[in-house]
Amino acid sequence: MDGIAGRRPLLIWAVHLSVAALVLLWTIPTFGLLVSSFRDGDQLSVSGWWTALTPTERNIVYRAPAAEAQVEQAGQWVISGNVFEGQAAGEITKFGFSSKAPTAFDAGQSAELTKGRTLSVMANGDYRIASSEEMKGKRGARIFFTSIDPPRFTLENYRNVMFSEGIGRSFINTLTVTIPATIIPILIAAFAAYALAWMKFPGRSLLLAVVVGLLVVPLQMSLIPLLRLYTDVGIGKSYVGVWLAHTGFGLPLAIYLLRNYIKGLPKEIIESAKVDGASDFDIFRKIVLPLSFPALASFAIFQFLWVWNDLLIATVFLGNNEEQLVMTARLRELLGSRGGNWEILTASAFVSIAVPLLVFFSLQRYLVRGLLAGSVK
Amino acid sequence: MEQLIFAFSSMAAGVGACVLYFWGTNKILDGIYPASGSKAGQNILRANSIRPWLFLGPAIVLLTLYLIYPVVNSVMLSFYGPSGEVFVGTANYSWLFADQGFRESLFNNLLWLIVVPAAATFFGLIAAALTDRIGWGNIAKSMIFMPMAISFIGASVIWKFVYDIRGENIEQIGLLNAIVVGLGGEPQAWITLPFWNSFFLMVILIWIQTGFAMVILSAALRGISEETIEAAVLDGANPFQIFLKIKVPQIWGTIAVVWTTITILVLKVFDIVLAMTNGQWGTQVLANYMFDWMFRGLDFGRSATIALVIMVMVIPIMIWNIREARKEG
Repeated sequence: MDGIAGRRPLLIWAVHLSVAALVLLWTIPTFGLLVSSFRDGDQLSVSGWWTALTPTERNIVYRAPAAEAQVEQAGQWVISGNVFEGQAAGEITKFGFSSKAPTAFDAGQSAELTKGRTLSVMANGDYRIASSEEMKGKRGARIFFTSIDPPRFTLENYRNVMFSEGIGRSFINTLTVTIPATIIPILIAAFAAYALAWMKFPGRSLLLAVVVGLLVVPLQMSLIPLLRLYTDVGIGKSYVGVWLAHTGFGLPLAIYLLRNYIKGLPKEIIESAKVDGASDFDIFRKIVLPLSFPALASFAIFQFLWVWNDLLIATVFLGNNEEQLVMTARLRELLGSRGGNWEILTASAFVSIAVPLLVFFSLQRYLVRGLLAGSVK
Repeated sequence: MEQLIFAFSSMAAGVGACVLYFWGTNKILDGIYPASGSKAGQNILRANSIRPWLFLGPAIVLLTLYLIYPVVNSVMLSFYGPSGEVFVGTANYSWLFADQGFRESLFNNLLWLIVVPAAATFFGLIAAALTDRIGWGNIAKSMIFMPMAISFIGASVIWKFVYDIRGENIEQIGLLNAIVVGLGGEPQAWITLPFWNSFFLMVILIWIQTGFAMVILSAALRGISEETIEAAVLDGANPFQIFLKIKVPQIWGTIAVVWTTITILVLKVFDIVLAMTNGQWGTQVLANYMFDWMFRGLDFGRSATIALVIMVMVIPIMIWNIREARKEG
């Protein structure tokens, strides 16, 4: 193929460019999320993440303290301070004292207020309200200013979601659901797969057909009957219920994948072991299980990603409380309650997708192998 | 921390119980029918006829309990009232066919069924064909494949951020609106746009599934015999002709598999709609509608009826799959 393309440099360039475009399209949304999760919340809400490296312009209103804060200095009454007090500093370019003209003056200028007062605001945020006579009034003057903020990156969002928004707790809950729900079905499926591949018994092909049929049964069918069943037998909303549910729903694919793989193992090995008097249990344990490692790993990754990312089963079979809310459910809740707080949403989302991404990139080989075994013949 | 210990110990308990079951039952079977002594031959035969069922036992129990019983039970529930105790005959079905929400969901589901598998397969095929020709193809593949690892809900957050809208004179922080405004257009609230909003939700699933299609189709493309391609090259076919007339026809089977796999996924799509719109603004789909009747409507009968509709839509694919599997033996 290289030969053909090689003779057409224009075409090969077109290929490079189209692939680059596809890759960009497919990664930019996630990249935007990642960048945003490290940005300062105030900056995130006023400028696009693609401007994260350039300074941000903000228009802010500051209310100076009321008249009681004034001090007498050299025959003048003065209120002074810094408009950035309590927040990150930027550089002030313009300021004003009324909402009609919030950018009337340049930083460093002195503005004439009413009653002979003057207001000056420096670029670093220091302001000074001066008056020749004692100032009165219970409300302080408002200062409008435009500030150019340097780009700020922070881990604050992550600290915030992990400890105050409950993502940390949900992370543990998700782990609690995922680990057993990944391992238990593998064991059960492996035995069943071996039986379907190498043992002779009546009804084998029927059973295999049933497994293939069950592969596509929509989960939605099972929710209500199982919810009722769980209530009746007293499992209720518990981790055990979720583990069993994930095991049950994962079994058809597990059995199908493993059976195909185990069926493909060399016949001679298994038959010669039988001739040597090994029982099926020994053959399974000592020969089939070690040889099937790649298939077991493939399914384990599938099941892990599926359980980690699941929302439906967790919502139906787990409670809505601190001890049981998994990350996907928490994320959904945050989408409702923190819809506009993108610094919280992006950081939370990234925490929840970090583990699957890690698994994905480190074990991609097995995942691809499993996909191919599952669908291509 | 305590909970993690609980998780690990219950995992150990679960795995232990499984091991104990398989090991124990096999031990007992060998005890009852020892493969030695005067009846050794007969015993081995007997043990061999029982052992498969020991291996299959837990799987059969779980499959029956979690998949087969619910199907039967759902069919029954669809003839019962909200709490599942009062028999109402076909009332749920007559309600369903007259219900506006159901029609909307069905229409949207059909829309999803047409667009998503087609688009994901198409992009997957393009990506597979192109990445196989360049040096950094594997990295590119990884990147396109990556959304597969992201949860639907995580993907929804990602895309909700892309679709975000701010007031007209304020800087847009959503990528799509920023581009639209940059090109001189008006910012739009994409997920509330009538009719088109469904497509903006579909984009999310297409984004996730393209990688899957690409991986499978790429393997199929590599499996095509060199001879047919060489013959075409000798005949003077250009790369486009080779792709469309030689390669694609040879992988129709795989394309069909990819298409049906995504179709099944689409029928069950739920998380995306729940997270993005919760079915508002005319984006409802069956799976979410079912969920809605289950948790907000608290009507098990109607909910089970909607689930059955999804099931009925899956059945043709199920039959086709079973036939294919039987052919291969």
